[in-house]
Amino acid sequence: MASETIDAHVPSRRPPPWRNPRVRGIVLQVLFVAVIAAFFAFLAQNTIVNLRRQNIASGFGFLDREAAFGIGESLIAYTPADTYGRAFVVGLTNTLYVAALGIVLATIVGTLMGLARLSGNWLVARLAQIYVEAFRNIPLPLQLLFWWALLRGVAPGPREAWQVLPDVFVSNRGIVFPVPRGHPAFQWMGLAFVVGAVAAYFVHRWARARQAQTGRQFPAGWVGLGLILGLPLLVFLGFGAPLTLDVPALKGFNFSGGASLSPEFGALLLGLVIYSGSFIAEIVRAGILAVSWGQSEAAMALGLKPGHRMRLVVLPQALRVIIPPMTSEYLSITKNSSLAVIIGYPDLVSIANTTINQTGQAVEGIAMIMAVYLAISLSISLLMNLYNRAVALVER
Amino acid sequence: MADIDIAQELPVPVERPPQSTRGVLDWLRVNLFGSVFNTILTLVAAYILAVSIPPVIRWGLVDAIWSAPNGQACRGAGACWAFIGEKARFILFGTFPYDEQWRPLFVVVIFIAMIVASCDRRLWGRRLMLLWLAGFVVAGVLMWGGILGLSYVETRLWSGLPLTLILAIVGLPFAFPLGILLALGRRSRLPAVRMASVAYIELIRGVPLITVLFMASVVLPLFLPPGVTIDKVLRAGIGFVLFAAAYLAEIIRGGLQAIPRGQLEAADALGLGYWQRTRVIVLPQALAMVIPPLVNSFIGGFKNTSLVIIIGLFDLLNTANNALADPNWQGFATESYVFVAAIYWSFCFFMSRYSQMLEREFNKSRQR
Repeated sequence: MASETIDAHVPSRRPPPWRNPRVRGIVLQVLFVAVIAAFFAFLAQNTIVNLRRQNIASGFGFLDREAAFGIGESLIAYTPADTYGRAFVVGLTNTLYVAALGIVLATIVGTLMGLARLSGNWLVARLAQIYVEAFRNIPLPLQLLFWWALLRGVAPGPREAWQVLPDVFVSNRGIVFPVPRGHPAFQWMGLAFVVGAVAAYFVHRWARARQAQTGRQFPAGWVGLGLILGLPLLVFLGFGAPLTLDVPALKGFNFSGGASLSPEFGALLLGLVIYSGSFIAEIVRAGILAVSWGQSEAAMALGLKPGHRMRLVVLPQALRVIIPPMTSEYLSITKNSSLAVIIGYPDLVSIANTTINQTGQAVEGIAMIMAVYLAISLSISLLMNLYNRAVALVER
Repeated sequence: MADIDIAQELPVPVERPPQSTRGVLDWLRVNLFGSVFNTILTLVAAYILAVSIPPVIRWGLVDAIWSAPNGQACRGAGACWAFIGEKARFILFGTFPYDEQWRPLFVVVIFIAMIVASCDRRLWGRRLMLLWLAGFVVAGVLMWGGILGLSYVETRLWSGLPLTLILAIVGLPFAFPLGILLALGRRSRLPAVRMASVAYIELIRGVPLITVLFMASVVLPLFLPPGVTIDKVLRAGIGFVLFAAAYLAEIIRGGLQAIPRGQLEAADALGLGYWQRTRVIVLPQALAMVIPPLVNSFIGGFKNTSLVIIIGLFDLLNTANNALADPNWQGFATESYVFVAAIYWSFCFFMSRYSQMLEREFNKSRQR
């Protein structure tokens, strides 16, 4: 019978082990892990031998030793008598500082330029396009060197400094600008700002809930703005408007008074903002173009005002497209801040580099930089992923 | 009821004909002075242009000095393009032996010709790969020399534009397969392989390129058995390959994920094994989908080569920087940087335009 012949040809249920995908998978993985482990063991062995031959110490003991090098600018107190560990912390704060400022400013510049490229105004759109095409296609290290050369070499000495705004001077010693003199009122104003922000949040929640229930609208935006800005202003006026500016003035060969940015910091921030701004402009533009025109038409048909149409219909949908690439752009701003080493701004990499040159402990130094950047990168992507989840499409 | 004249029933307002949108004046009105806000924008933009353009033109063209015997004679209100005339050869070819600089010039020409040839989609295929292989061999012979009567030139002396192109291009044939393996590994069924791929990709993408280059230039020699040394250019190249592979892997993974499940099931039903399925069914479709982002990633890699200035290689940016050290020609940093910026910009702009064109072509099937 036919069934007998078929039975005779069907192989036994269990394939031989070398044809069983499960067994093969396990064997392959064991081999894979063994090869990788052997590779790392080989590297480690060589490293140990090489370090011993070159008389280089290993371990992180150097962090407690005196660094004995100066750092040009630092947000926390530091002298050459401090330890390498402290110098690392100085570098880390400098990196975080410039990266955070860069992210905020590049977002502003990029968003404005992205919107400008979509503007119906031909001249504005062309200018924005020229900005994007010019700066996106030039390597960042070159731009940094260019701005640095401009600020250091081309800018005049303090005596002939360029006055770009009233009391803001650009010279080859950096950028000086006036700052308000400290006064106890400022702390109270800060407190009032926080109170105003919290109050604005609750007003916003209450207004939304009421509108959802009764349909009656409440100008939560204006009231919130009033709370956030008005409360500190009231405190300020309550103290009798104690604003005196510390204005920079030329004394001898340099400016005194006011606050100043070094040419290195200025060049790094300028380069990061202009370079990343051109990428963010493209991200924003692509995000807004991704929202189909029908959505805008539908919003207009419902009678929404242009502001509402943008805020309630277009932007929420555009943000879904914008946020993932924006996350990677923020990550690359942070990582690109390490190019500070080219122009001598004392960021983490630059200080680690000096440390490596002095101690010879390259493995530890580079491992520390990598660990720090990994931690920063992972935190930024975590934060942005949380935000992304908040704006992502909730499908039913 | 049918013959009621609607125009009589409903008071329809008399509409004016739509405004003409032809002619210069209408174009101006629509595009520049459409509304009050638009007019303000136009005036602000025009003001910015009026303030910024004339000084640049005066500096770069009107007041510029085009020839001068030395830096002292070249000082004026404008740019000193004589500096570029004096230093262009150094900036382009750096420390390569002066009399032999026709060799790196040929290498640059070969590379540019091969890039241009690769842009033609009709040529894509095995013959193009052979062309690249031949190009690499010829470029290697020209750069190193030592045979065919060419004098031997150490990699230490390679510099300028040829070095930039070599760093950007020669690593690709290594980075690309590694990227494919990592992308496949990240989607593998085997947990050990998957975890190793994820760890590698995320580690490399989480740290700046500088640290990878430091690693390659400082730590890599420590990893090698005592007595084995590899030269600096190769070390930088290894750093770029390891770095680029992680980014390529993520792009390729995007393509892999876009392949419909049915394709894999069909391959399984045909009885293809994993590698056959991957090579014949999966990769051709996945890679074709991600060609535009791959070109963009190549542009990024090209710009990234300028980071080797940090580990002391003399690429195009570093030669431009070093040209400033001549005591006879002091203080022409702006001119030098503008010159190399123009070179970098032309390469990147050309390639980004090409990638946009490819994207449009690839999306044609989806636009109806």
